[in-house]
Amino acid sequence: MSLWTLAEYAAWAVSAVILLWMLADMLRIDRSYDEDLLTSSREGELE
Amino acid sequence: MTSVPETAADTRKISLLRVLGPGHVWALGVGIVLVGEFMGWNFAVGKGGAVGALIACWVIGILYTCVAMIDSEVTSTVAAAGGQYAQAKHIIGPLMAFNVGLYLVMAYTMLEAGDALVVGDLLASVAAQTGHALQREPFVLLTVAVLAWLNYRGVFMTLTVNFVITAVAFLSILVFFFASAPWSAGGMLQHKALLTDLPYGWLGVLAAMHFGIWFYLGIEGTCQAAEEVRSPARSLPYGTMSGMITLLIAATLTWYVCTGLLPWEYLGRAITPLYDAALVTGNAWLEVMLFVGTLFAAVASANGCINDASRAWFSMGRDRYLPSWFGAVHPRYRTPYRSILFLVPIAVAFAYVVPLDQVVTFSILSGLLGYTFMPVNMILFRKKWPLGSISRGYIHPFHPLPALLLLALCAMTYVAIFLGYGTQLAAMLVFYIVASAWFAFHRYKFVRRGDQFTMPWPRPKGY
Repeated sequence: MSLWTLAEYAAWAVSAVILLWMLADMLRIDRSYDEDLLTSSREGELE
Repeated sequence: MTSVPETAADTRKISLLRVLGPGHVWALGVGIVLVGEFMGWNFAVGKGGAVGALIACWVIGILYTCVAMIDSEVTSTVAAAGGQYAQAKHIIGPLMAFNVGLYLVMAYTMLEAGDALVVGDLLASVAAQTGHALQREPFVLLTVAVLAWLNYRGVFMTLTVNFVITAVAFLSILVFFFASAPWSAGGMLQHKALLTDLPYGWLGVLAAMHFGIWFYLGIEGTCQAAEEVRSPARSLPYGTMSGMITLLIAATLTWYVCTGLLPWEYLGRAITPLYDAALVTGNAWLEVMLFVGTLFAAVASANGCINDASRAWFSMGRDRYLPSWFGAVHPRYRTPYRSILFLVPIAVAFAYVVPLDQVVTFSILSGLLGYTFMPVNMILFRKKWPLGSISRGYIHPFHPLPALLLLALCAMTYVAIFLGYGTQLAAMLVFYIVASAWFAFHRYKFVRRGDQFTMPWPRPKGY
């Protein structure tokens, strides 16, 4: 197996890990916080 | 990084973080655009010859200078994520705002797909030199995934990375220009031998306008950072105008070096013109530098596009123009995380299914529709809120001349695009008409009409 073929497999694998991490984090955040808080941002408001 | 405690009784609000400076705004605008100097602009040479492409470069440069001036004035006042979407909402009305929001999301998502394809193609070309037929699909996905992750984790790091890689890409153009020794009569540049008259006359110059857009497409994306810059009234005009100056310099130098090294017949069909021009010099250092510049420019563009498309989508969700689910902010990273993640499969699908030239043409068309809205927006803005009625961070000179000039140049560019891509232009218009009908007859009933107008402005003149 050439280095390029290994790089192709690695690219698929790293992409899958990153996308799954973001998906898992989004689900964790959505379960941990109230929806009203997560969508409380208002245009033009400063903290 | 400030995070919000995970308690149900929390009454705090979560908003995007104001952490960016003028350098980040420059990195966002120039980062999205600079890839156009490394590829794409040269199709203007194929349409109008080398001199025709230079005319297109400067005429379209005037179009974008008008865009930058108008955007700087309005955005220094409407400092909200969504950029031109928020401007349209406050100055024209909801239906225009919905359309402008869609133009932005489509333009940036398609450009992101095109950039990721370019990264895949570049790596495939390197592999081909070693005798391996590389699949580009895993690298397209990897590019989008890594950049989406960066955007997900925070805007400061995202645009700091963009600043570094955009600066490297811009430097590669400067180094190439000085290495070609343009002051030396016996140097490598052969303009006297290579430059010709207009091969297809002035009709060719008109057709070249379509691809002249590639030199600057996306500089208006600086406005999407409006809610995350520390000082919108100062940073946005500085970042946008300095970005436009950078692009005018980069575009002219790129044209000068490429047309002095490559015959127009080849240049008009090249995929990576700057890199090809470096190959002609036979200088290994320049070859490596221009390869890295091309790669970094494509990555920076995709990175900026993810930032901008997600802000526009997020803003429309926050105003309920789209499901309000998209208007969520990550409590730790303070980014529009759902919008970022939602747009990932759409960008990847565009990259996998639609050919590169079609992806970029649809992106250009969406951008051009957005530019056509700007002069109308500017004229109404000055009419409803004349100078002195509200505080402006920047006031552009010679109003209404830039707005009228922009409108005329947009009309000319529509003709240029119609000459080559009439079907795509018609398909795009049908798409936006159908989307507008959906918004007007279905979606708008979910919008909280009073909540969407947030600027503390006086009542508009005449109302």
